[in-house]
Amino acid sequence: MTFLQLVFYVFSAILVFAAAMVVTVRNPVKSALYLVLAFFSAACIWLILQAEFLAIVLVLVYVGAVMVLFLFVVMMLDIDLARLRAGFTRYLPVGGLVAALMALEIVLALYTGFGQGPSPEAVMAGAEYSNTKALGAVLYTDYVYAFEIAALILLVSIVAAIVLTMRKRPDHKYVNPGQQVTVRREDRLKIIKMKSEKPSSTESST
Amino acid sequence: MIPLSHSLILGALLFSISVVGIFLNRKNIVILLMAIELLLLAVNINFVAFSHHLGDLAGQVFVFFILTVAAAEAAIGLAILIVLFRTRRTINVEDIDMLKG
Repeated sequence: MTFLQLVFYVFSAILVFAAAMVVTVRNPVKSALYLVLAFFSAACIWLILQAEFLAIVLVLVYVGAVMVLFLFVVMMLDIDLARLRAGFTRYLPVGGLVAALMALEIVLALYTGFGQGPSPEAVMAGAEYSNTKALGAVLYTDYVYAFEIAALILLVSIVAAIVLTMRKRPDHKYVNPGQQVTVRREDRLKIIKMKSEKPSSTESST
Repeated sequence: MIPLSHSLILGALLFSISVVGIFLNRKNIVILLMAIELLLLAVNINFVAFSHHLGDLAGQVFVFFILTVAAAEAAIGLAILIVLFRTRRTINVEDIDMLKG
């Protein structure tokens, strides 16, 4: 076993452990933090699999943005944990059975299907190979329409998130620019005619 | 050199763990969303492994788009969750039965 393989299995073990903790731990905040650990280990595995750009994107976008959003929301909500945890042990046998069967089936299929034929052997890229450059060259030429659709999806999600969470607040004070520009002088200013007053200096001196 | 099947088995294990999570935490929407993120991560690991072993960048491009869509999904899902909590004061799936289907 080479050092690279050892690192891969260590990161895989951490990833599986973190994923198991995400779904079983009691506190949602801890669950989100374990999900951060899972994403981080997955990014390390992607680095081993020579997807450097995606590994960095996973850390930046997922750990940096999406998981922070999750943590914000989880900490903002005041949730009753005891009620949400009800039925946890009741569903454990059926859920575990389904998942174990599924994992077993996939593993068996992989070992019988992938073990016999000539398995594709990956070539390690040289030091001058740039994953980001190669990905960009493909992304902006062959997949440019998909790329623009992805940009549109992000725009839609921005608008949707803002519209969904926006609300009218009655105590909010703000300036209405339409009213502000149509205001006339007479609405704000009143000119009063009055007599000028003389300073009563003669009275005070005597 | 890491065999292809080992990466795929890692993806399968992650997928199964997420399915267990959906079974166990069927009342808590936050954990359900996190389990969906884990499912997508498992799929992405498969894509990256195939891309590495077949020497084809198309897999990584797909992972890129999946990440984009998953981020958008998480943002909108959490926004809906916030609105739901503001109006109903709960995130329990059992309490969300306004639409009697």
